[in-house]
Amino acid sequence: MSGKTIAEKILASHSLSGTDFKPDDIINAKLDLIMSHIGTGKVVLDFNKIRPSKNRKIFDPSKIVVLFDHYVPAPSERWAAVHDLIRKFVKKQGITNFYDIREGICHQVIPEKGHARPGMLIIGGDSHTPTYGAFNAGSCGVGNTDLFYGYVKGELWFRVPETIKFNITGKLPYNLMSKDIIIKIAGDYTAEVATYKSIEFTGDTMENLSIASRMTMSNFALELGAKFAFGVPDQKVVDWVKNRTTEPFELVKSDPDAVYSEIYKMDVSDLEPQISCPHTVDNVKPISEVAGTKINQAFLGSCTNGRYEDLEIAAKILEGKTIHKDVRMIVTPASKEIWLKAAKSGISEILMNAGAIITNPGCGACFGALGGLLGPSEKCISSANRNFKGRMGSAASEVYLGSPATVAASALKGEITDPRGF
Amino acid sequence: MAISSKKEIKEYQDVLKGKVWVFPDNVDTDAISPGQYLDDLEATLKHTCDTIIKEFPGQVKEGDIIVAGRNFGCGSSRETAPMILQEKGIAAVIAKSFARIFYRSSIARALPVIEVERISNEFETGDVIEINIPNAEVTNLRTGKKLVGKKIHPILLNLLKNGGLEKQLLAELKQK
Ligand code: SF4
Repeated sequence: MSGKTIAEKILASHSLSGTDFKPDDIINAKLDLIMSHIGTGKVVLDFNKIRPSKNRKIFDPSKIVVLFDHYVPAPSERWAAVHDLIRKFVKKQGITNFYDIREGICHQVIPEKGHARPGMLIIGGDSHTPTYGAFNAGSCGVGNTDLFYGYVKGELWFRVPETIKFNITGKLPYNLMSKDIIIKIAGDYTAEVATYKSIEFTGDTMENLSIASRMTMSNFALELGAKFAFGVPDQKVVDWVKNRTTEPFELVKSDPDAVYSEIYKMDVSDLEPQISCPHTVDNVKPISEVAGTKINQAFLGSCTNGRYEDLEIAAKILEGKTIHKDVRMIVTPASKEIWLKAAKSGISEILMNAGAIITNPGCGACFGALGGLLGPSEKCISSANRNFKGRMGSAASEVYLGSPATVAASALKGEITDPRGF
Repeated sequence: MAISSKKEIKEYQDVLKGKVWVFPDNVDTDAISPGQYLDDLEATLKHTCDTIIKEFPGQVKEGDIIVAGRNFGCGSSRETAPMILQEKGIAAVIAKSFARIFYRSSIARALPVIEVERISNEFETGDVIEINIPNAEVTNLRTGKKLVGKKIHPILLNLLKNGGLEKQLLAELKQK
């Protein structure tokens, strides 16, 4: 018998359908954690359909995390009503892991609060849930009906994925970031290279990346279609998680003879900064081909790149300078913890003195419904993960995706700018 | 999610016949269910897919079928995407490939989704398609061309027949 991948091992340890399965089989598996944000509203409505009402019970409230990150603070009466509905439900069901509007984006808050640990099987009501793969957890996004099912039963069906491996080697050049690597992968292999599949990122480049930078890769992997996206299962992960929780856990590693459907190799030593051009994430160009494109807005934030190191590199580039007069720069730290750290270290001051505005933690402008929208003729350089038509406002506007360093350099110059010169 | 459907999920049928709308590759859920209107069902119904096919929201009829390229339903996990298509009357989506959450949510909502290679080359908007769901067979009734796609896994086919995950669960809870 051949060895197993990380995905196969995690599914096997949670399977309710035996362990004799192969890729493409469908199994039922028990869940360690369910994360849901605004979609909890639909779960509540579904719960109310359960008759008799005495059966309206969650399988295990301690395995549920509910948080508000998209529409915070509530921008309209309707969203306020959804929040209200969910808050009442959370109380009634005894869900203690509830993070109200102040904490930040789900994909940052879940690991920060120690909810994502190696070896866990997690579903989330948000597409970028594979982010926790950086912590060696098998985690993927689902829709609201699947969430509801999970809430009631504590299990769900899974299609056993094939695994692809990206072996990434070489030292990243100055002011390049893991975002450049993952955008390059999107460009070279398309946005569906990993559809239904699990990814394992390996190689010395990955090993040298910080946990925050690995989270960027696992997060953006969703844009490649990935179901799970595992970073390197090493001591860095163990140390990070141990700092956040006293719950026990064990790293899950793939066997040396595990079977991969594809193995891709990549050397990043000479990588150029990469940009996803409108309107798909895999419409990728090296920065030399798009430098000079005028921008009206620069967005630094999101679950892809709203972490402390992202704000830090932007501050390094913008310190003592003033951003271009025609640019609005919006900075949205991914969590309260990051917000406070940036405030204490002086990074917030540097960014604000340069002309940026800093919002409350959360999704912010990322999804085009909470301020920071674009008018029809406008262009935005963004550190987020999506540039679909109309994602940040007008369907005629354009969103370019790049690293936080590229966002900062571009804000300074008023046009897409190579950060290597700063 | 603030908007939810007003429509009952349709009875499952092995064979469907309907008018085709051809969609391109990489149709994302923001196009199907725009982020700006997530709190407004009427606006979503009015704008669904209009950045891709302007006439779609105004002209789509009950029982129509979407034929698309690769990676249909990519992007946000919002289940309002398959929901709004059902609300508009779409009876099935046939595509070269689907993004996984869209696929899951469609099955959960009992919207038939079938993967067929080279599907978009064989259809034009306005053609009539016949689909045999268990056999994953699609026929263009204008050209007579028949293609065979990937069969839906028996467990998932069963879910479709039971009217989706929610209906199945509610029935199961009642039996207890
Ligand atoms: S930051 Fe953007 S991509 Fe991330 S969860 Fe929020 S809306 Fe989604």
